[in-house]
Amino acid sequence: MSFSVPKKLQTEIEELISHYPEKRSASLMILHVLQDHYGYLSDAAIEWLAAKLDLQPINILELVTFYPMFRQEPIGKHHIKVCRTLSCALQGSGKLKEHFCRKLHLDPLVHGPQTTEDGKFTVEFVECLASCHTAPVLMCNEELHEKVGETEADLLLDTMSPS
Amino acid sequence: MAKAETKKNLESEPVVDTLTVTVDGKAVEVPKTMPDPMDGRPIPTTMIQACKLAGAEVPHFCYHPKLPVAGNCRMCLVEFGTLAMDKNRKPIVDAEGQPVVRKMPRPAIACATPVSPNMEIYTQSEGTVEMRRAVMEFLLINHPLDCPICDQAGECRLQEYSVDHGQGASRFVEQKVHKPKQVDLGPRIMLDDERCILCSRCIRFTRDIAGDDALGFVDRGSHSTLAHYPNRPFDNNYTLNTVDICPVGALTSKDFRFQMRVWFLKESSSICSGCATGCNITVGSRENRIYRFTPRENDAVNSSWMCDAGRLDYKWVGREDRLKNVQVRNNDGVLVPSDWSRALGEIADILREVPEDSVALIASARLSNEELYLLNLLAGKLGAVTDSIPRKGDKDALLVHADKNPNMNGAIATGISTKRPGSKLKLIAKGIKSGALKTLIVFGENLSACEMDDELLSTLEHLIVCDILPNETTASADYLLPGCSHLEKRGTFINAKGRVQKFMRAAEQPGDSRPEWEFLLELLKRIDGTNGVASIEGLFNQMAADVPALDGVSWGDLGETGVSIEI
Repeated sequence: MSFSVPKKLQTEIEELISHYPEKRSASLMILHVLQDHYGYLSDAAIEWLAAKLDLQPINILELVTFYPMFRQEPIGKHHIKVCRTLSCALQGSGKLKEHFCRKLHLDPLVHGPQTTEDGKFTVEFVECLASCHTAPVLMCNEELHEKVGETEADLLLDTMSPS
Repeated sequence: MAKAETKKNLESEPVVDTLTVTVDGKAVEVPKTMPDPMDGRPIPTTMIQACKLAGAEVPHFCYHPKLPVAGNCRMCLVEFGTLAMDKNRKPIVDAEGQPVVRKMPRPAIACATPVSPNMEIYTQSEGTVEMRRAVMEFLLINHPLDCPICDQAGECRLQEYSVDHGQGASRFVEQKVHKPKQVDLGPRIMLDDERCILCSRCIRFTRDIAGDDALGFVDRGSHSTLAHYPNRPFDNNYTLNTVDICPVGALTSKDFRFQMRVWFLKESSSICSGCATGCNITVGSRENRIYRFTPRENDAVNSSWMCDAGRLDYKWVGREDRLKNVQVRNNDGVLVPSDWSRALGEIADILREVPEDSVALIASARLSNEELYLLNLLAGKLGAVTDSIPRKGDKDALLVHADKNPNMNGAIATGISTKRPGSKLKLIAKGIKSGALKTLIVFGENLSACEMDDELLSTLEHLIVCDILPNETTASADYLLPGCSHLEKRGTFINAKGRVQKFMRAAEQPGDSRPEWEFLLELLKRIDGTNGVASIEGLFNQMAADVPALDGVSWGDLGETGVSIEI
């Protein structure tokens, strides 16, 4: 397996394991760390973690496929997560996501995350981002953007892809 | 013997406290604890176990008495009542001083709820019946109705409970959830995820019994899917047990799938002959063709399981090249077809005249006790040296035994072999070489594997061979008698732990072949004119009286699961 985990990450993972009476309990926390580091959870990463925790890879795959925020494929450089829960939906998040798709030449009807051909953007719907009073909202990577209309959306895209 | 066993059980099992519960108005005393299916430690008796003891069936899918409890199918929901307590946790009593039982406002799953003193369980109440109907309706929402082409049809829990607890018509008008079909889970297992009701029996079996944590649910939610990890096939030696315990047709055996509708199969109780464990099996056959082996429950031997290798070890029975005719070597040295009467007559004439110490007899430990007993009687009359051939192979911690003979203990008990099987083979080979041994009787073995090739065997005056498939030794025989596989006759084996177990006949033998015990009785009769027993039951009982190890066990004592003896 060509998969290797850098020393610093190893230390972080060992530290996480030490928090729990059983190694297995650290599975979720380590998956987050691995995804943050590599961008997604490859088969190799899943198998590495299973071995690390004395588990079978199917035990880890069960977790990865259950939680929507774990991904098994790489995503774009900028990850646009549009909230679709009630308040945002009422404030037009559907149209907002459609707008992003059109601008980025993605299919607005496709379910689930979509990535542009150049690998720059991934657009998807997510559930509540806990900012209903400023709906519609989205998160771009780790940053929350509030009251996003089409103008704000265009501005956001422009700042991320200077032409 | 049966008595001795009961006594032993009483000694080994400590007296367990009991409590009384009422199931559908019938009071029943149940043990407070029952052994955990995994490690045997006492754990509280559950409602489903109490109901079973009371003779009331609680329908269930995910519960299996040999597996850890998961409690996910909800089919065993029952209404129940417990002792009413006052605020000081003291039982409330009625005017006559009897404790008051109050029905709980919520039902509970019978498989995971411990019983308590004076508990009342209502398996037939209106609420219980309605819950079953509702659970069935939910389970059938996404279940494909492909019963006409489903292998499980006829032995499907979902079908059976639909008849018992389901409703006649579906109210479901939406689109069913679609999931993967024809999933190649491993070399012997095919999975249809749409039929799966997510009971997790297979996951628990393979993790906790087979020790291979290979299966799991991915995409949990409305698309929950049973899966193995990609590129890690489900391939341990116990995978086919998951097909047995799958309550629906999701897991199917690649070997059996689409071969036969199960209701056409004749079921016969038998024993697996793959190794000395002697797993109890049910043989499914139709019109003389064997279609499958399935494990038959016997807690003294194999619990409810068997290994895949043993399960698929039946195809040779129907092989085209089975020995079907009695053959005798003529004056030109060619084996020509003959008949039983002539061959046994000639063999009897030869054996009546042989001088003592000139005969050797090698009998396979795959023969039944009855046959080995008769062969040992014959050897005694002839003053013959006898032995069996050991077979060693792989073993594991669950069921597979290193001794690949199903009945070596039988060969030892009847006197055919010493405690060191095969220890006289060298002596026999030497005797043939020196010319001291002139007659060799071989039952069910190929001697080329133990340095007695056809060149050596051709120096014998008489070579009498019985077998079921052709090999080097049968080719050298002067008299070749076609025998039967254990699936084509009745008899008993003694397994590695000293369990005497009987097997019943599942199929007709091919051609002119005959069960060995049957023609051996005839041969003995021809040699010294004695009249003996004529049935397998009588023969077993006679053997049990003669063979000290069997200690007077009778055929009747054996029952379905056998009797343990000291070995």
